Amino acid sequence: MVVNIFMEAPSVEEIVVAVKRDFDHKVTVKRTGVRRVYMSCERDTIHSLCKYMHGVLNFEQASSVGGVDWVDHLQVVYHLSNYFNGVMVEITVDIPNDDPHIDSVALIWEGADWHERETYELFGIIFDGHPKLERLLTPQNYEFFPFRKSYKLRGQE
Amino acid sequence: MMWITMGPQHPFSHGLWTLKVKADGEIIVDAEPVIGYLHRGWEKECENRTYPLIIPMADRLCYSASMTWAHVYCKVVEEAIGIELTDRAMYLRVVADEICRIQSHLMWLAAMGTDLGNLTIFLWALREREFFLDLNVKLCGQRLTTNYPRIGGVRNDMPYYFERDCLRVVKRFEKALWEIIGLTDESAIFLSRMRGIGFISRKDAANYGLTGPSMRGCGVDFDIRRDDPYCNYDLLDWEVAVCNDGDAYGRYKVRIEEMFQSCEIIKQAMAKLESIPKTDPTRIKVPRNVPEGTHFARLEDPRGESLMYLVSDGTDKPYRLKVRSPIFVNVSAAKHMVKGVRVADIPAIMGTIDMCLGEADR
Repeated sequence: MVVNIFMEAPSVEEIVVAVKRDFDHKVTVKRTGVRRVYMSCERDTIHSLCKYMHGVLNFEQASSVGGVDWVDHLQVVYHLSNYFNGVMVEITVDIPNDDPHIDSVALIWEGADWHERETYELFGIIFDGHPKLERLLTPQNYEFFPFRKSYKLRGQE
Repeated sequence: MMWITMGPQHPFSHGLWTLKVKADGEIIVDAEPVIGYLHRGWEKECENRTYPLIIPMADRLCYSASMTWAHVYCKVVEEAIGIELTDRAMYLRVVADEICRIQSHLMWLAAMGTDLGNLTIFLWALREREFFLDLNVKLCGQRLTTNYPRIGGVRNDMPYYFERDCLRVVKRFEKALWEIIGLTDESAIFLSRMRGIGFISRKDAANYGLTGPSMRGCGVDFDIRRDDPYCNYDLLDWEVAVCNDGDAYGRYKVRIEEMFQSCEIIKQAMAKLESIPKTDPTRIKVPRNVPEGTHFARLEDPRGESLMYLVSDGTDKPYRLKVRSPIFVNVSAAKHMVKGVRVADIPAIMGTIDMCLGEADR
């Protein structure tokens, strides 16, 4: 296998050590595979963590931002990918049902822009600081969030 | 200054989507893509189906990349169950994926030809594509919605004489592609309409989230098949097509080179299949229920990086299945690509994105 070596890229172990050092107890981080790291944090840390991942650890791309409805709370899941060593980081952030706000990362990675709009319209999670938080896939006049578990399909109980 | 709405029915928009552009005379100063005409709640539908029933649905995400979409779905479920495929199943998937990649790129080339008014490219590319679709028919009985990968392997082994036919088609195609290149690279009109437009720098391409040939055409040297290998791609000897131009023509060059590399991969995978005994199983039995947990898998689609994120709750239906579609992100970068060009350049720039609305709207 050929490895990109034209720029310094941290290995999985270095990522784990660096995040543990700089975010101390605020971020839970563990290695889950050969090129996989899992992190979870509180919602007030996510913006600084993403800025750190982008600026310091060289994660140039936010592959995806998505939501999960766990009924008792909502969750936002970030997948960040590194072009130099193929490492992918998964970050999960829990947010309460009654206050679904989280800081937007669309100004760090422009690729996260539409993912956040999609998560907003499907789950009702509001991304603070997003440049244009409007409905994207569903019509503008929808007032419900179809991917929440409380929204039942025909045939479901 | 005026806003021009191009779409949803417009010759350049392959599928239903709209590109609103703000034009100052002929020069575009701002743009806004509008999608969602084909949104059918794919991810929500999956929560109501058992795991094997989602494979044919995954085919329908994109008609010309059905094999890779079913593959990425099977891959994420396999990761959740925690099984390893047999070598034979892996190489069969490699062959199927690369056939899919070639026919998808040929479909793009055909569409690109009509966008630029060259119908010969369209006819010749579609003619070549039919040979690969015939291979699909031989392998899985369908031209486009193949329904071939299964959780734990593939549906069936190669039929008789498939290897011979496959190598014949590939050998023929490697010559025929040069004929098509003669139509494009030696045509002054094609070159003048493709060169120097839709420029994106390497840094921006990464930040906008471009993936696949669009990203490699901007100089990002990254291919999931090589840098995050799956299905024994790391055991094959091939090269990633990268072009530093960053314009529409660079993205075209990357796709052409990828077709040659795919031919190379098919030939090598076929040789590997030859060395594996026929008794090696192509499919492993898997449990009906998937253990609780969250998993994701990604692979290199013809259009970019396709990723699926699976949340399973221990039953036979997924709790949540998120799809990361490459086109969904690539088209969001459209507004940066078209800024500063003329209105007449839009078809050439948007053509190089290789639109597929089924996966973008889901």
